[in-house]
Amino acid sequence: MQAASPDTRKFFYEHLGLNDQILERCLSEALSAGGDYADLYFEYITASSLMVDESLVKSASQGISAGCGLRVVSGERTGYAYTDDLSPERLMRAARTAALIASGPSKQQVQGFRESPSAGLYPIASAGSDAETAAKLELIQRANRAARAYDPRIVQVQASFADELRRILVAGSDGSFATDTQPLARLSVSVIAKEGENIARGSSGGGGRVLLDFFLTNKTPEYFATEAARQAVLQLGAVPAPAGEMPVVLGPGWPGVLLHEAVGHGLEADFNRKKTSAFAGLVGQMVASPKVTVVDNGTMPNRRGSLNVDDEGSPTQETVLIENGVLKGYMSDKLSARLMGIADTGNGRRESYQHIPMPRMTNTYMLAGEDDPQDIIRSVRRGLYAVNFGGGQVDITNGKFVFSASEAYLIEDGRITAPVKNATLIGNGPEALKHVSMVGHDLQLDEGVGTCGKAGQSVPVGVGMPTIKLDKMTVGGTRN
Amino acid sequence: MNSTVTVTSHAIDQEFVTDIVAKALRAGASDAEAAFGEGDEFETLVRLGQVEQLKEAGSRALGLRVFQGTRTASTSTSDLSPEGIEQLVSGAMALVRVTSEDPYAGLPEREEFGTLAGDLDLYYEDVYSLPAIERIEYARRAEAAAMAADTRIQNSGGGSFDAATGRKILANSRGFVGESRRSSCSISAQPIAQSPDGGMQRDYWYSSQRSLALLDSPESVGREAARRTLRKLGARRVPTQRVSLVFAPEVARSILGAILGAVNGNAVYRDSSFLAGKLGETVAGSNLTVIDDGTMVGGFGSAPFDGEGLLTRRKVVLTQGVLTSYLLNTYTARKLGLQSTGNAARGLAGSPGIGAGNFYLEPGEKTPEEILAEIPNGLYVTDLIGHGVNIVTGDYSHGASGLWIENGELIYPVEEITVAGNLKEMLHNISSVGNDLIFRSAMACPTLCIEGMTIAGE
Repeated sequence: MQAASPDTRKFFYEHLGLNDQILERCLSEALSAGGDYADLYFEYITASSLMVDESLVKSASQGISAGCGLRVVSGERTGYAYTDDLSPERLMRAARTAALIASGPSKQQVQGFRESPSAGLYPIASAGSDAETAAKLELIQRANRAARAYDPRIVQVQASFADELRRILVAGSDGSFATDTQPLARLSVSVIAKEGENIARGSSGGGGRVLLDFFLTNKTPEYFATEAARQAVLQLGAVPAPAGEMPVVLGPGWPGVLLHEAVGHGLEADFNRKKTSAFAGLVGQMVASPKVTVVDNGTMPNRRGSLNVDDEGSPTQETVLIENGVLKGYMSDKLSARLMGIADTGNGRRESYQHIPMPRMTNTYMLAGEDDPQDIIRSVRRGLYAVNFGGGQVDITNGKFVFSASEAYLIEDGRITAPVKNATLIGNGPEALKHVSMVGHDLQLDEGVGTCGKAGQSVPVGVGMPTIKLDKMTVGGTRN
Repeated sequence: MNSTVTVTSHAIDQEFVTDIVAKALRAGASDAEAAFGEGDEFETLVRLGQVEQLKEAGSRALGLRVFQGTRTASTSTSDLSPEGIEQLVSGAMALVRVTSEDPYAGLPEREEFGTLAGDLDLYYEDVYSLPAIERIEYARRAEAAAMAADTRIQNSGGGSFDAATGRKILANSRGFVGESRRSSCSISAQPIAQSPDGGMQRDYWYSSQRSLALLDSPESVGREAARRTLRKLGARRVPTQRVSLVFAPEVARSILGAILGAVNGNAVYRDSSFLAGKLGETVAGSNLTVIDDGTMVGGFGSAPFDGEGLLTRRKVVLTQGVLTSYLLNTYTARKLGLQSTGNAARGLAGSPGIGAGNFYLEPGEKTPEEILAEIPNGLYVTDLIGHGVNIVTGDYSHGASGLWIENGELIYPVEEITVAGNLKEMLHNISSVGNDLIFRSAMACPTLCIEGMTIAGE
């Protein structure tokens, strides 16, 4: 961990020919027709990916994407324009386009910026080199070998390594100024197991705001490869999943996607400002069992959902969403904070310079409880134990959410028995967590694979949870 | 407000793109392919009668794929300056050295290239013809019509009017160069209704077309959105059971989408599809015929050439239940010992994947009303949520909501249930195919009735 921030400002100014005066002129132009606030968001991303498939290095790619988004906010209205041509003339033209949202007298000139210090939550990456490419290749070749060595029934292996370095600079008409350089890396393994006519898939992966060394020391390619192969072989013997309401035990870590769907989206401030969320107006009320405390925390070192500053330049923080079952507050960006008179929690995020920021989650998890995970399993006579999931989805207005179990087992008389086929679990957000009757002491964060979609924008996020028991939930299998 | 479309500072033409191919060859590539894409977009969102968001912008970028013998690598950039292009080429040439020899890799053969003659009617300038103030008015009218429909609708996610145009150029070192343009525009409304007990429901409706002149009126979009939202109010759960399911066209597409995923050449050659190795076999009921057609005039999935410069074409994927074609690009065709079906899909970054043209299920004889009338007890599924399809095994499990059917009548709304089955069986258990095939996007499916699936509920 290094505390010092890399000189991102210098990168933008030298590499893209920007300076304080250009930014001030653009912001003044953006407010030339009035408006409460304007900001400029510059982004420069370098990304690369490598894939081994059928034991061959089949693909290698890299890309550069740069641009600027200009926003003008006037009351509840947002005007937005973006450009990938960063010449002063183009920036000024985009500023004039965004300014059209407001209609009033020109605001005063923008002069001078105050740069906020960086929290230093992730390592500083250097430019990629040939040696680094070779080292990444070695990682995925190791993953390929390990997955194939796990079991002769593993017939297909795809291993990939994708990373990016995202540099951002945000300048606001209130003089706020922030920069950040955000690394993001992910190693993924996907396998097919085959036994006679029976075929199954397994996948695993992880990473975060980390560099290559993470995969040499913390989580190795063999760790992810073995996990993917184990899941695929396990699924070869899976029985049809049960259908209907039953007790459900969720394992620690990635099953925290439950929280992301059941309560997370419903607690994003924009939906509550507009009263389109099933959670609107419920602050101070019980929305979960007293054993449940849920936080969103953008300040965890090296985590996939962490950020030194959000995409509006605001520092991230730990925000308590639900405390001992009581709804405490929402995740907000600048716009909703101002309109609702609540704090900006540093949750203003966007997919890229082409997108308008909005409240989004960072790392969302449930705090550990006191129950022994073994006792939790033992307490269930007939139910489901789910430990791995694919994606989920929620309708924030009626609160109904789903998430799809990719690894789950029957619980019979307090014991974990047969693995079951993929099944979707469904529940109602404001009710589901009231059925949490046991919370384990084994809080884990996920491996670093989550991507959240909202209104067509994808951003990396984290989730986490200890082992928990829900007394009832609906399992979408086929066996009645 | 004015409505000028962003004009690029210097227009990129075919010569610019073929020149990048030449640069790659000079840098040592044995073959190369360059793709250029640019787009403009205008979005407006009106909520509760007030403009909430206006967005107007344009962007462009380049992608390059190089070969050295049978090794390949690719790069992309939004920096179109001479230095940016120099980096695009040198980056690709550095990367290609680390990839493996793969005898199946490479551009298509010279005689395979082609571009459809004539105009496919994919581009209409009229999507930008409205002044900004009238675009806002379209969005406002759609939302207003939804909110005027019923007093139980007092809130809204908004009404929108969006328009976009795009242009792409593809060129390669085997003599192909092609260019195409497209346009689209859409109106939508998303009302929120509340029942007396406080329960809220939302739904939406939209009209999307390549030309402004073809759009439904904002009022009809708003009214339909309201109808869809209101019918969900007061939804309840039902017990776990096995009954007939009638999939409305919007959700029947999920079945078709699963077939599309299963005939994708990438899944087929890896044996990771429940339809792999089944060419020529009966995999569905004889009432299922599925077509992929990239050549339909004005189609959302139409294009004059595919992502590798091959002619798009029409092919029958399922012929009365028999699997008759996969969807293939050059690489997957070579892996399977078949010919490309002209389904290469190329973004700017990476290697070509596989994409459908206009992918649809041929309509049957019965109207949706006739299908519903035959159901003594069942569920009319109108919404699905989640990602519960496993293409490898065919396992299918989705969150669902809809309307309960009793003696052929829709009697009350249903929510918070799942519907599950296995596609291998579901495709044989489709008892009715509706006559209501309407292309609202590149994939279209009529109403379907499926037997034997499980509802999980109370």
